[in-house]
Amino acid sequence: MVEQEGFRRYVAHIVLWIGIAIVAFPVYVAIVASTQDNALIANGQMSLLPGGHFFEVYYQTIFVGTSGSTREPVGNMMLNSLVMALAIAIGKIAISIISAYAIVYFRFPFRMPIFWIIFITLMLPVEVRIYPTYKIVADLHMLDSYAGLALPLIASATATLLFRQFFMTVPDELLEASRIDGAGPLRFFWDTLLPLSRTNMAALFVILFILGWNQYLWPLLITTRDDMQTIQIGIRKMMTTNDALTEWPIVMATAVLAMLPPVFVVVAMQKLFVRGLVETEK
Amino acid sequence: MQKQAIFQSKLLPYALVAPQLAIVLIFFYWPAAQAVIQSFLLQDAFGLSTSFVWFENYVELFSDPAYFETVVRTFFFSFAIAASSLSVALLLAVMADKPLRGGAVYRTLLIWPYAVAPPVVGVLWVFMLHPSLGVLSRYLRAAGIEWNPLLDGNQAATLVILAAAWKQISYNFLFFLAGLAAIPKSVLEAAAIDGARPMRRFWTVTFPLLSPTIFFLLVVNIVYAFFDTFGIIDTMTRGGPGKSTETLVYKVYNDGLIGGNLGSSAAQSVILMVMVIVLTGIQFRFVERKVTY
Repeated sequence: MVEQEGFRRYVAHIVLWIGIAIVAFPVYVAIVASTQDNALIANGQMSLLPGGHFFEVYYQTIFVGTSGSTREPVGNMMLNSLVMALAIAIGKIAISIISAYAIVYFRFPFRMPIFWIIFITLMLPVEVRIYPTYKIVADLHMLDSYAGLALPLIASATATLLFRQFFMTVPDELLEASRIDGAGPLRFFWDTLLPLSRTNMAALFVILFILGWNQYLWPLLITTRDDMQTIQIGIRKMMTTNDALTEWPIVMATAVLAMLPPVFVVVAMQKLFVRGLVETEK
Repeated sequence: MQKQAIFQSKLLPYALVAPQLAIVLIFFYWPAAQAVIQSFLLQDAFGLSTSFVWFENYVELFSDPAYFETVVRTFFFSFAIAASSLSVALLLAVMADKPLRGGAVYRTLLIWPYAVAPPVVGVLWVFMLHPSLGVLSRYLRAAGIEWNPLLDGNQAATLVILAAAWKQISYNFLFFLAGLAAIPKSVLEAAAIDGARPMRRFWTVTFPLLSPTIFFLLVVNIVYAFFDTFGIIDTMTRGGPGKSTETLVYKVYNDGLIGGNLGSSAAQSVILMVMVIVLTGIQFRFVERKVTY
């Protein structure tokens, strides 16, 4: 604007760097702790500079796990988290895009009731109905399975609403054109609509992958076997109530490994991430 | 709601909605109905017989001072988390909204905490402020503060609020940035020409125009504080010391899992469902009408 622009910018830079420091500090502490000796940390002597145990700690974390009773390599937990996150993201997009297609492009009895049945699920987060859902998954013999981990989290309506809104903006002429070419409904969906939805699918995928990878309460309830643990659950099991037994460098290395994939996705696909976030909240 | 150009097919649309419908019915409606039914049942101490008791579980809850305390605590947590996170995020967004060199870098460096999972957030903060080995606890002790969140309920609550607010900064920051970008520059220029100083411009022009964004974020942050803080609380304090960090969701989990009191746990779930439906309803009503002044 008009006044003292230079000084104001200077202040803005300083405020932003302070903000970034506050945001980054806890993570910096975790990274530094994961390279130090446990005895040092347990004595409250932790240094704020990296130690020399980086390779040793991360090797043990990924391939061996803690020395405690539940010796589960974190590498395996990460694999479980990855399968769950992909199943949730891909599953949700797949079932949502076809149901949105049916609701927008067809006229059939019970169309609106079906839409509302799906829509209302927006208001029932999994946290609110954990025990009954747990019981149903147990009755279906899905405890300790990938299906049990992913299915109850796949169903909600956000993605369906998003695709529905997007399909409404697709010009009708496209459908007419493919009709003239003799394409049936599945043909039109596959050849015309899917390619048009690519950006929306990618943006949704980024958001859903992060949400899936970060799930906690649900996997906590339905995984009992150590080899089915996700990384988020693994961290909790490593923090024993007896502080003397907690192997902090390994806990911190696990925390860093748990952060890496979703943070990488946010930074590398920033445009898609922001778009996905804003779109799903509408 | 409906296209002009549509396909004619008897069975195909049902086949297309079937997968989602099946999952929704099995994993959403069935458990939700179960929760409602269970909240009207009472199990005897050995779990051998159940009897239908109408609203006894609810009456018991509402006459229980401990439950009332948890409700108050949850709302207090929600507002504390929302207020602190929103104010910090707004300050950062206003700063980042200026045409600065390296603006894109700032944005990248401020949005990544969104991706950090709640349990990890809990671990990071508990480690930094652990009474005996925390990096920051040394400084607190040096300043003469008796810092022990493992024993002191108020300190534990402060810790949970700090951690939860920290995680939410990036989300709020992004939406504030979008809100600020939508404010027409001409209005601000007009105010500048009228001689309004930057602070005055912010409070009389920018802030009112941001009110829809602020309201939207307030609702989102309250919902976040209700549900997504579970992971933070579980890895930080497990609801303790005493009950000082037990929120409504954590209580459902605790009472059902450890207490084995399924009737009460189900009644609490139903109350939570009603709360979520009300909150979501408010949000939709509001999105329809977009409050502006």
